[in-house]
Amino acid sequence: MVKAKINGIPVEVPNDTTILNAAREVQVKIPTLCAHPDLHPSAACGICVVKVKGMGKMPRACSTPIEEGMEITTHDPEIVNIRKTVVELILSNHPNECQTCGRNTDCELQTALADFGIREEPFPKIIRDLPKDNSTGTIVLEPSKCIKCGRCVQVCQEVQDVWALSFLERGFLTRISPAGDISLGESPCVRCGQCSAHCPTGAIFEKDDTAKVWSALLNTTKHCVVQIAPAVRVTIGEHFGFEPGTNLTKKLYTALRRMGFEAIFDTNFGADLTIIEEASEFVQRFAHKKGPLPLITTCCPSWVDFMEKFHPDMIPHFSSAKSPHEMVGVLSKTYYAEIRGYTPQDVEVVSIMPCTAKKYEIHRSREMSASGVQDVDTAITTRELSRMIRQAGIDFANLPDEECDSMLGDYTGAGTIFGATGGVMEAALRTAYSYVTGEKLPKVEFENVRGIQGVKETKINIKGAEVRIAVAHGLANVEYVMNRVREAKEKNEEMPYHFIEVMACPGGCVGGGGQPYGVTNELRQKRAKGLYTEDELAAIRCSHENPQVIKLYKDFLGEPLGEKAHHLLHTTYAPRPLYKR
Amino acid sequence: MTSEEIGKIVDEVVAPWENKDGNLIMILHQIQNRFSYVPREISFAVAKRLHIPLARIYEVITFYHYFKLEAPGKNIISVCLGTACYLKGSPELIAALKKQLGVNPGETTPDKQFHVQVVRCLGCCGLAPVLTVGQKVYGRVTPQQIPDIVAEYSPERAAQRN
Amino acid sequence: MNPVTHEDLSKIKEETNSKAGKNWISVGLSTCGIAAGAQDTFFALKNEARTRKIPFEVRRTGCAGLCAEEPLVAVAVEDMPLVTYGKLTKDKVGRLFDEHILGKKVLNDLTVKTQDSKQMRIVLRNCGEIDPENIRDYIARGGYLALAKVLKEYKPEKVNEEMKVSGLRGRGGAGFPTGIKWEITRKVEADQKYIICNGDEGDPGAYMDRGVLEGDPHSVIEGLTIGGYGIGATRGFFYIRAEYPLAIERVEKALKQAYQYGLLGKNILGSGFSFDVEIRLGAGAFVCGEETALIASIEGKRGYPHPRPPYPSIKGLWGKPTCINNVETLANIPVIFLKGGKWFAGIGYEKSKGTKVFALTGKVKKSGLVEVPMGTTLREIVFDIGGGAAKGKKVKAIQTGGPSGGVIPREHFDTPVSYENLQMLGSIMGSGGMIVMDEDDSMVDIAKFYLGFCVDESCGKCAPCRIGGKQMLGYLEKITEGRGTPEDLDKLRTISYAMQKASLCGLGQTAPNPVLSTLRYFENEYKEKMAR
Repeated sequence: MVKAKINGIPVEVPNDTTILNAAREVQVKIPTLCAHPDLHPSAACGICVVKVKGMGKMPRACSTPIEEGMEITTHDPEIVNIRKTVVELILSNHPNECQTCGRNTDCELQTALADFGIREEPFPKIIRDLPKDNSTGTIVLEPSKCIKCGRCVQVCQEVQDVWALSFLERGFLTRISPAGDISLGESPCVRCGQCSAHCPTGAIFEKDDTAKVWSALLNTTKHCVVQIAPAVRVTIGEHFGFEPGTNLTKKLYTALRRMGFEAIFDTNFGADLTIIEEASEFVQRFAHKKGPLPLITTCCPSWVDFMEKFHPDMIPHFSSAKSPHEMVGVLSKTYYAEIRGYTPQDVEVVSIMPCTAKKYEIHRSREMSASGVQDVDTAITTRELSRMIRQAGIDFANLPDEECDSMLGDYTGAGTIFGATGGVMEAALRTAYSYVTGEKLPKVEFENVRGIQGVKETKINIKGAEVRIAVAHGLANVEYVMNRVREAKEKNEEMPYHFIEVMACPGGCVGGGGQPYGVTNELRQKRAKGLYTEDELAAIRCSHENPQVIKLYKDFLGEPLGEKAHHLLHTTYAPRPLYKR
Repeated sequence: MTSEEIGKIVDEVVAPWENKDGNLIMILHQIQNRFSYVPREISFAVAKRLHIPLARIYEVITFYHYFKLEAPGKNIISVCLGTACYLKGSPELIAALKKQLGVNPGETTPDKQFHVQVVRCLGCCGLAPVLTVGQKVYGRVTPQQIPDIVAEYSPERAAQRN
Repeated sequence: MNPVTHEDLSKIKEETNSKAGKNWISVGLSTCGIAAGAQDTFFALKNEARTRKIPFEVRRTGCAGLCAEEPLVAVAVEDMPLVTYGKLTKDKVGRLFDEHILGKKVLNDLTVKTQDSKQMRIVLRNCGEIDPENIRDYIARGGYLALAKVLKEYKPEKVNEEMKVSGLRGRGGAGFPTGIKWEITRKVEADQKYIICNGDEGDPGAYMDRGVLEGDPHSVIEGLTIGGYGIGATRGFFYIRAEYPLAIERVEKALKQAYQYGLLGKNILGSGFSFDVEIRLGAGAFVCGEETALIASIEGKRGYPHPRPPYPSIKGLWGKPTCINNVETLANIPVIFLKGGKWFAGIGYEKSKGTKVFALTGKVKKSGLVEVPMGTTLREIVFDIGGGAAKGKKVKAIQTGGPSGGVIPREHFDTPVSYENLQMLGSIMGSGGMIVMDEDDSMVDIAKFYLGFCVDESCGKCAPCRIGGKQMLGYLEKITEGRGTPEDLDKLRTISYAMQKASLCGLGQTAPNPVLSTLRYFENEYKEKMAR
């Protein structure tokens, strides 16, 4: 521990704490535009400079560790003046498009300008006119708004290990772009959206599909159904004044019904369904040796894209089960449609997801149109839903609770924990255990797969058989897990794991690319806790005990992994090139 | 270039630096020296060979002005823009080159014979103003000498030399 | 070639010196000499000597410093004094042989004076006098004897002590005491340490380091090796900018020879100390002269500076303790250990010990490399050594420190040159560029030139430098185009202040200096350009 003084206030913090973080301990907020708790400091914006007694220069608070006895001044007229000039310089390089920008009212640069009380622009505007890039159909790049904070590059390169984004050129001409100046859609980008979740301005923004949804809702020939992902229910509240992790499922149902959706379904139902299929797959491979181990989960479309591009040799290990929302989508246009006497074309399916990659997943291959038309018509993010709720004039915070449409809406505790890293694995193990042993699990919680550690390795015992498990989140953590499997293959040894779960976004879907801004590990844990609490309080906690799911198989699907299930609920994979040009 | 040719070139440039840390810039220098720029196919092949993302290579190429992404003209004229040369008239040389060849610094003539660029201090300040054509250094250059210097490298004269 | 021992070194020294012929001709073959035609002179001399069957050795040598007089040719004829000729292009070779070598008469119209009472050549001691591509020439001048002495008699801590006594400060511009830097790096515990020679001399108008690398590369290698011993590094690097191909070539050859003679590699001179040196190239980025950006460049990344602390001495190249020293700093090291740190501290002025090499260029009569003891006045350098302004003009100002420095007007020309004095005047010592400006040169223009340079070379990472520099350049362009207003001067001052305080590295922090300095002394020139 080291002791120091910040603005005369004594502070004691662990070694290597930065001045920025130490200041928080004494309620001092040093402004910054490039520092982020998820990332190591890039020291790019120059706003967090502070004075340290004895130091001639003004060091940056974000990257300077506190040393014993330091006397730091964070705010005085001179420092504030310098920071103001720097912010004014950044403003001179940023287009004045706030009123029409997607980040209006939720932008870190706007907030900084407001906090500094900037009332005029002292310097002439010099902005590079760079073209927009919406080639991915999921994320839109507007390089002219970029303030070169470097967060997106660090996220894409170090956290996600995708290397789609990079800094090109230098000096004033520096800009964000994929290698070789190709478009983002031609690059290795897996659409995880982590770049947009970390961007402080509107330079990287999700493709806004809300107009499409409104259009469908107003179309009297369409029967609109909607589903919400597990992670959405514990984060939507952050936009309406609730504590992160507050479970607002029932309010969401109300809001969506009032917005005009005919049926309110829940992706958690799809999650339960995915477990039935996937656990059955696992049992096939593990107990009956019918297929290579390890089995790897595939509900994350960014992970699927990443695997097809970077690890195509692992394709045989992938579960062929689709992701939960795709399952609900195809069933909406077949099972639900049949019951109501509609044709698939009559039904419009909207998925509310914490995820930007879903926008890509829904037209990824012909199998995503197993109903005969595209199974899920539109995927929008939590952020887009918030805007729609406001547009619809709904006072979300004070809504009464309502229920969903059970047919494709009721879910178990296992389904809801899909939103957290380790949740899919935990849900699958609960059912796999029952399938293998024919018995009910005494304790359904698997704490070892929970938490924000990058790679979690553990073993469980299913009636004497050891099942080795790995859970990874954040794509940079995948390399280690895949390499261990490859090594074992080469040396003809036993597999280090039998079952692997991968989530592209750190924290799992609760930290998804389409979630409210300002994610930190603390926030991820709070959001996940909301899901685990719902699971704890659930009456039914294992997917295979979901009565609606059982009914679905009985009345419509037949057997898990059976022919109909296969046709509707499963997909295939193929290697994809890293660069399309 | 065929993929075989590319493979051979990559083997040659990567081999001496294969196991050294921080080898990327040295490898790019070899490519730049051989081709006068870094061809896209070679970048792809080097990325594969070194097991590094393509983005790493382009990040570096576009940061360092020594590396070029496009084939320059046959003769590269570099005008020194160091302080001494600046004071002693290199801006006038740049203007004279514009008059003679019709291109600004950073541009190549349409017939691809000449590429004009500025260099920040070649370290020959005693002979200011200085320009180089390829490896040949010309000191104390006046704007009046520009047409003659350029003529030395016309295709006819080059053929005569060979 | 077996690794040499102490005794071998002394033997080589004796042999080479005794065998030295009394009849020889040497040609300055550095980049500036070659640009002036010295390569042609060299071949012409060799040809002439062969055809006339005159057994004179024609040697290559480095830059003697009189760059304006290149090609420089020194002629030694037995029983005649050593004469140096300037501007000896190949057409004059015939005359040289006829009149001087055969006729024993000096060509008085072509002689140049190389000795200068005001200069003291420590760093440039061998430049222009030895063949840089021949290690034996270097050894004959006492080369590698300092290394031998250090490895035999000094513990590493003593090396650093001696460096502290000498008072040598970094010659790259920052002026940090080298001995303290070495000591700090030594004290850090690590399994690997590095020492790097910074040869990325990017200041436009400065070429001292090039002169040393091309003229006496072994002196730098020896200094680097002693430094490696002092800090406990087993690996050293030369980081040389790619725009210096001849310097790279000469260092490569010198390294090869040093390895051949066992003065690099394993168990040097039987001491148990092993040291390996590699060359890494820059690629056209001035910012990579900054320590942390240089490290990033060697690591094969974009040359972005890193916030400090942690300083490279604690955590540098590949996370290990790293010491970065300038070429000129290292060239001083062997002399310090042969003659003693106290001797070195006896030269100089106040807290600036030793000598400094300046690249004296611009509107001066005799431009070239000049080495003077610290404390020599600007007037002595520019007028006594440099001959004052060329073409009968008046000197208006002297610019030092390159794009990080400032201008010094006439009233301060009698200032003794030192780190502190130049800083007080609003400039800096910098790496040694000294540009003479006469009455025809516009101060506003030179400020704009340097700022344009910084904007071009900015790495772009931090907002104050990336955007501030561009804005300042915009204002300067406005002013030079006659559209400036007095408010623009205030804006320049405001942005300068923010850049100085909030930029991540020295490039941004010092980029406003030329503007602030010219505003300080020549505000009238700015005002004259204001819009009416």
